Amino acid sequence: MIHFVLLISRQGKVRLTKWYSPYSQKERSKVIRELSGMILTRGPKLCNFVEWRGFKVVYKRYASLYFCMCINQDDNELEILEIIHHFVEILDRYFGSVCELDLIFSFQKAYYMLDEILIAGELQESSKKTVARLVSAQDSLVEAAKEEANSISNIIAQATK
Amino acid sequence: MSGTGGPSLMDSLFQRTLDDLIKGIRLHLPGPAQSTFISKSLDEIRREITSTDLHTKSTALQKLTYLHSLHHFDISFAAFHAVELTSSPSFLHKKTGYLAASLSFRPSTDVLLLLTNQLRKDLSSTNQHEVSLALECLSVICTLDLARDLTPDIFNLLMSSKIFVRKKAVACLLKVFSQYPDAVRVCFKRLVENLETVGGAGDNGTMLAATVGVFCELARKEPRAYLPLAPEFYKILVESRNNWVLIKVLKIFAQLGRLEPRLAKKVVEPICELMKRSEAKSLVFECVRTVVSSFYEYEFAVKLAVEKIREFLLDSDLNLRYLGLQGLLLVAPHHLWAVVENKEVVIKSLSDVDRNIKLEALRLVMSMVCDDNVVEICRVLVGYALKSDPEFCNEILRSMLSTCSKNVYEIIIDFDWYVSLLGEMARIPHCQNGEEIEYQLIDIGMRVKDVRPELVRVGRDLLIDPALLGNPFIHRILSAAAWVSGEYVKFSRNPFEIMEALLQPRTNLLPPSIRSVYIHSAFKVLSFCLHSYLSFEKGASSSPPNFVDIEPGFTYSESEQEFTETDQATSSSALHKRDTFTQESIANVLTLVITSLTPLAESHDVEIQERVRNVLGLARLAQQEISCHNDQKEKMVDKADLKTSIIIRLINDALSEDFGPISFSAQERVPVPDGLVLEENLSKLDSICADVQLPISESFSLVKPIFLPADGDSISNQQNEEESETSAAESTSLLAEHRKRHGLFYLPSDHSKDASSSFPPANDPKQRDNDVDDLVKLTEESLVLKRKPNLSRPRPVVVKLDEGDRLPIAVKKTDENDDLISGAVRDVLLGNEASSHSNNLSGRRKGKSHSKDKVENSETGSSSKRRSKHRNHGKNVEENENGEKGKQKSGGKHKSRRRADGGVDVAVEKPVIPDFLL
Repeated sequence: MIHFVLLISRQGKVRLTKWYSPYSQKERSKVIRELSGMILTRGPKLCNFVEWRGFKVVYKRYASLYFCMCINQDDNELEILEIIHHFVEILDRYFGSVCELDLIFSFQKAYYMLDEILIAGELQESSKKTVARLVSAQDSLVEAAKEEANSISNIIAQATK
Repeated sequence: MSGTGGPSLMDSLFQRTLDDLIKGIRLHLPGPAQSTFISKSLDEIRREITSTDLHTKSTALQKLTYLHSLHHFDISFAAFHAVELTSSPSFLHKKTGYLAASLSFRPSTDVLLLLTNQLRKDLSSTNQHEVSLALECLSVICTLDLARDLTPDIFNLLMSSKIFVRKKAVACLLKVFSQYPDAVRVCFKRLVENLETVGGAGDNGTMLAATVGVFCELARKEPRAYLPLAPEFYKILVESRNNWVLIKVLKIFAQLGRLEPRLAKKVVEPICELMKRSEAKSLVFECVRTVVSSFYEYEFAVKLAVEKIREFLLDSDLNLRYLGLQGLLLVAPHHLWAVVENKEVVIKSLSDVDRNIKLEALRLVMSMVCDDNVVEICRVLVGYALKSDPEFCNEILRSMLSTCSKNVYEIIIDFDWYVSLLGEMARIPHCQNGEEIEYQLIDIGMRVKDVRPELVRVGRDLLIDPALLGNPFIHRILSAAAWVSGEYVKFSRNPFEIMEALLQPRTNLLPPSIRSVYIHSAFKVLSFCLHSYLSFEKGASSSPPNFVDIEPGFTYSESEQEFTETDQATSSSALHKRDTFTQESIANVLTLVITSLTPLAESHDVEIQERVRNVLGLARLAQQEISCHNDQKEKMVDKADLKTSIIIRLINDALSEDFGPISFSAQERVPVPDGLVLEENLSKLDSICADVQLPISESFSLVKPIFLPADGDSISNQQNEEESETSAAESTSLLAEHRKRHGLFYLPSDHSKDASSSFPPANDPKQRDNDVDDLVKLTEESLVLKRKPNLSRPRPVVVKLDEGDRLPIAVKKTDENDDLISGAVRDVLLGNEASSHSNNLSGRRKGKSHSKDKVENSETGSSSKRRSKHRNHGKNVEENENGEKGKQKSGGKHKSRRRADGGVDVAVEKPVIPDFLL
């Protein structure tokens, strides 16, 4: 199973973190520090796996972002590389050629998409279409809720409370 | 409204949005400006989040979530508000609330229980997206309480008509089971049904993937319980075309195949089929891994797997090459031929650009090591270590050290060679494994008597080189060298030389803890010299000279006698020694000791001060004796003389007692004296000792009050190679100068030739060659000296302890919960098989296995023995590793015997599981 997912920019800035195994806040910062130190320093044409504290971290760089996932020693590394690619493709499809800024400003969206792909550290949906459909369905629910909240009557009701 | 109150309307209307916050953070440069901005925003958020307007609250929480997940701020204060938002009717708010909860809640979060109700409500919601939110959140924050309270709801969802919801519920089960094993009894049946029924259904496999994923994780922990499900997994293996599913199923079979050989026989064919057919590398690699780790008994499968591995190894993709090496590593324990076949690739990989690949290659090389080739492989590796970057160099050294010392130096036959290898390692420029080398030098000294002369020689070579003192990384090794030369000084060719090395001026570069080891070793050397000298004096006048005198009335320790034996072999050196201990030389030594140590008698370091005073005391005592000796010659061998020599003899006897390694559990065996309370809380000490770093526990302890410095902290690790290199040249010239000036303090040695070559600059490439030559010569020498040439030379006795030698390896404990889970699973499966379960089975299964059920069950009695025997096989893989230690204890001295045995271990009888597959 996947223990955590990290997105780190080339400058070492964290863009997304999702933890499927319990880590305390302190451990989380430490993990991020250690891994970004390890991964960002690796040259461009090396293999995509690093061993780390008895686990394996599979990473892949897309433009300026490193997508990292941590798995057990005996998990399948190539499968994880495919999952990462899957995730990136879904992001790309949703944002329309995704870039780092998209992830910065719509960080929740990235989480929601990740949540449709992985659950409890396992892949749950391997079809890009399905994920896209689900995410847009949720988006429309959100939009509906927003519209309602922003309606004038709502604001007045709030003000006169 | 005041600052502490709720936000005003203005606040809500002109609230900073998440975008504003993000832009603001990006506008401010990292550093103080950014942190003031963030803390200002946090203040705002604290106000906003208490708002009654859910929209304001939700925006505030969004901002907090951002700060938490990307800037690691603690947002536990907002936990309640997150719970509040999850109950909002608006999907946006609910989503925000759940996201914050799943990212920031921990088992210790106190409002967690407040969430239970809301989760329950959402789990049974008609809106599938709400259900999905709740499941997702639960899968992350699940605790015992939540799991217990929500199990019924999840149970319902397991039969949901919406696959979208059902697959999430299934995935969530894994967390629920691990927190609350009793849930297995409720949900397991439905989980299994999902495995069976959906297999045929035409959804794109996601349902099956989720279910198999859960089983894969469960089976990792305790595979035995899932054996009865083998037929279902088999069906998936043969029928499924979904690579994600197949990979998981293969992982399950890797576990099950180890337990049930007949199962292995059945699945190995389809796996090979898959391996040949599949295009997906991930699947192919999974097949390879499954075959080589679990089905290694099937020759054809392994052959095919090795073929695939070879393809991987020769691929241009680094990832595949890495995996190829990993595959080889898995094959190695059972089919070493596969590694040997690919030897060139492996060796080539040692100089790959990618460090990870180099590491894998190194592991592979180490896996090839056995007692026949260890010498050759180590030679090659030392060559690589010299060429590599510092990091990898140390990696190589580390793996050599650990491989060679495994199981109390199991693979080492020629200890003389190994000890000189250790000495050679110390001289490798990047060596940073001082601690381990130190440990092994001393450990071998204590365990292997035969190697001590060589050990002393290696120690001397290290001590005598002043350049080495400049490299803080090898101070620990020098400490071991000093200890060894002091402790086993009787094997030294020239104790004076060692004394000189121990007291050389550059020892002031050593940290105090190690310096005190030096000084104490000087004490031992001095007492040895004096003792030898005095006994010669006597011996010369009376009995025929025997270098180690046997004073009547004195019982010598075993080691001393041992020594006489070894000494007879090199009786020439005894003669040589006899010449060495002249009155003049002793007087010189005494002068040397006194002049070089006197300044240290005032040292601020207590350890040094104390030891220096010991040495000085002895030296002065001896000096008196010798001078009075001089005056009176043999006329007055009076009481004073006797007294001094008796003292010296006593000291020498005390020092020459032999040490042995001490077991880890030795201390536990000491009974606790009455009235000593060990469990009393000393927590107050923590505050006092907070700044004192506890020494790393040494893995052995010694009886005598000397010993190893535990802190390497004072060693500044920054010193780099260039420095030590320049200082090497510098130091030799310094030393030469020192010698010239203080010439009279040095021994007028007739070994001047020897002495000049004995201070070679370290790290000199030419010198290295000499070392190698030395080594070769040395091995030849030792071979000539010893009875028979080469291989037939017996391995020296290595002292082993009854109990664990080094730190006991923690026995892998299965989680209590895992046991509970598998117990429950077994109950469910076994209970079901006979009765209710079969009703729900798919047709195929019913026809095939139902009728067999009863037969099997009635048969269990007779077949149980046979089966349990089979099972032991699978277990052996693990048990061997743990058992290795156990076997060690019983202590055969020649290891080759040990390796061969496949071990007929006694395994605990497990409950018999009916086998439906066959």
